[in-house]
Amino acid sequence: MHIAPDTVFRTLADPTRRAIFERLVRDGEQTVRVLTGHSGVSQPAVSKHLAVLKLAGLVRDRPQGRQTHYRAEAQGLTPLIDWMGLYGAFWRDRFDALETLLNRMDQ
Amino acid sequence: MTELATATRSLVVERLMPHPPEKVWRALTQAPLLEQWLMKNDFQPIVGRRFNFRADPIPHWNGVTDCEVLAVEPNRRLSYSWNASGDEAATGITTTVTWTLTPTEGGTHLRLEQSGFRHGNDDLFYQGAGHGWRKMLAGLERVAAGLS
Repeated sequence: MHIAPDTVFRTLADPTRRAIFERLVRDGEQTVRVLTGHSGVSQPAVSKHLAVLKLAGLVRDRPQGRQTHYRAEAQGLTPLIDWMGLYGAFWRDRFDALETLLNRMDQ
Repeated sequence: MTELATATRSLVVERLMPHPPEKVWRALTQAPLLEQWLMKNDFQPIVGRRFNFRADPIPHWNGVTDCEVLAVEPNRRLSYSWNASGDEAATGITTTVTWTLTPTEGGTHLRLEQSGFRHGNDDLFYQGAGHGWRKMLAGLERVAAGLS
């Protein structure tokens, strides 16, 4: 599934949603109930945030009995990491062009 | 060599150029030469000088980079701001580009550092993240370390 960097950035731009994601990264798999206890918002609100995180590929859910467990999906951050690498690729290309120019220039 | 030092705090690209620092410096500071390998510009190596790099616009980028010369140490160090411009100025990147030239046997060790990516409200994508962005990066690093 291809997810645009915009989706990942927008999803994590919400402080409450980001806090939920950070908690899952830090503490591992959690139920909605446990996450709600830490979040300061209502359980329906947490569920809604988790649904958005899931759509962005940032969390995975695992139903178990009446509870749903959520965990951070490491691969979900790949679009963000790729985006950060763009400037690296940009400058590497420019270095190539600079080197070509230097080879052409007189002392 | 390229590295994303501790996630996005700064980006470093380094290369050994088999040319003397004086020559590399000219390529970095003479506008017509700079245009040949980087972008069209009205750069002058004078601290406080405001200038632009101009490229063809692409979706989500107007192609214009707003810059101001911050440091000029001939043949050694050059630094300028590298910021989004126009409608994108308020929300786009505000970074600093620093070139460091170190003479080596047979040439110049050229180092580029672009820093400042992390500042929460500088960047469209991070808008709303505020100071939480930095904290998030710590988590990001841990997750990134686990990426296969």
